[in-house]
Amino acid sequence: MSGYGTAVVGVGQTEYSKDSGRSELQLASEAIRNALRDAGLGPADVDGLVTMSVDTNDELFLIRSVGIPSLRWSSRIPFGGGGSAGTVQHAVAAIESGLADTVVVYRAFNERSGRRFGQPGGRVVPPEWNWYLPYGLDTPAKIYSLWFQRYMTHYGVTNEDFGRYSVVARRHAATNPDAWFYQRPITLADHQASRWIVEPILRLLDMCQESDGGVAMVLTSAARARDLPHPPAYVAATALGQVMDGDTLFQYHLPDTTRFPQAEYVAEQLWKRTGLSPADIDTATLYDAQSPSVFFQLEAFGFCGPGEARDYIADGHIELGGSCPVNTHGGLLGEAYIHGINSMVEGVRQIRGTSHNQVAGARHVLCSSGKTAVVFAAG
Amino acid sequence: MAASVVPPSPVRDDAFFWEGVTRSQLLLRRCAQCERLHHPPSPMCPHCGSVEWRTEAASGEGTVHSWIVSAHPTEPDDSPRIVVLVDLAEGVRFVANLAGIAPADVTVGLAVRVTFETVGGVLLPQFRPVEVAE
Repeated sequence: MSGYGTAVVGVGQTEYSKDSGRSELQLASEAIRNALRDAGLGPADVDGLVTMSVDTNDELFLIRSVGIPSLRWSSRIPFGGGGSAGTVQHAVAAIESGLADTVVVYRAFNERSGRRFGQPGGRVVPPEWNWYLPYGLDTPAKIYSLWFQRYMTHYGVTNEDFGRYSVVARRHAATNPDAWFYQRPITLADHQASRWIVEPILRLLDMCQESDGGVAMVLTSAARARDLPHPPAYVAATALGQVMDGDTLFQYHLPDTTRFPQAEYVAEQLWKRTGLSPADIDTATLYDAQSPSVFFQLEAFGFCGPGEARDYIADGHIELGGSCPVNTHGGLLGEAYIHGINSMVEGVRQIRGTSHNQVAGARHVLCSSGKTAVVFAAG
Repeated sequence: MAASVVPPSPVRDDAFFWEGVTRSQLLLRRCAQCERLHHPPSPMCPHCGSVEWRTEAASGEGTVHSWIVSAHPTEPDDSPRIVVLVDLAEGVRFVANLAGIAPADVTVGLAVRVTFETVGGVLLPQFRPVEVAE
């Protein structure tokens, strides 16, 4: 017996593109339909929905489109992409408390052909941005770079170091037919020739994509999961980690800006609850809106020490065949940017043994979006 | 040199700051009960729960904690501006622009001092390197 309470029993997605040609509601509907079929379930089995607060799809329009007759749980997690893995925590909370039996987690958007988050100007911003936006700190790349640069100067890390992650992500994407960058690997020279986005921190090839697409996962109790077609991806633990001086974007008031205390807090909880350590993780997906995010997470989760991610990556640990392959789908850089939910789908595939870049015998998979994370386990 | 600045839209919790800028003051918010500074400010002191506070003008002295060059800020044709994260002498960090220095010359720990300058038609705090006597 697994001892686990909840499992992912179905995953679904649309194609990942730059122009889906259809509404975000249709993308969400298709992804959920596909996930339910994969689970061997139907819309009538669903009684809970969880998504991210920034998703534009209205829950009621969605159940009407998918054909879910009634709903008794819905919730949304804030914190932008950092909250993406936390959707699983919401689903687990609903299922293990008995407030829902079967919960669908979804995220769908036309993030390339529709509204583009990274474009400055012309937006309504929250009042907190008064402290930053008037100075031209206006895109995620710039906002995060003001945090990343301190790490670089403290440890002597260069953009070329970041590029070694991009090369790995694109190599993994190159053998993933679902990835936008399928069969399009890059070299470190390609990375170093790409244009600066924020010199000397981020180049174009350090950046995630802007993608159109939808992703969904179906979660239910471990007991029910055992009667369904696929090997369950059990939820060994989920965690959220936020701290008082942290921010979704502006991580400038942390006591130590060379660290990622939210991810450290997440890691502490996951290792304690599962009894696992980084050495037990067979493969991981780490949120990579920009390549340096992976460095911060590798260190926060304890795969290596502070300032050592550069060497850990250069030594090949995160590549297929390495000690802990990271983002075997190509990550948000290589596969698609479906706000991190697509990375959890890859985690489920690794547990099932059906990844396009399968890590042999993967039994424990960490899926982190930094401020939230989940450990999936095989039965 | 073109500059398009998105002006601040002051709200109740930060209006004091922007009012101070019009008088060339960098105002910080100090709890009236436990005397701690809090920046960016919140409506309640997180240390003691007081909602009574007073403002005080920061010295404007600090050192560079981190920085970036914001290429084409706000509008595609705008000139680059250095955005700086400053460790203020008062012990809190503050974001603004850094002027009067080439990006290649900026270093962590560089001593800077606040000035108030009109950028793109908006009066903003700006930092400049402190001239060091030879």
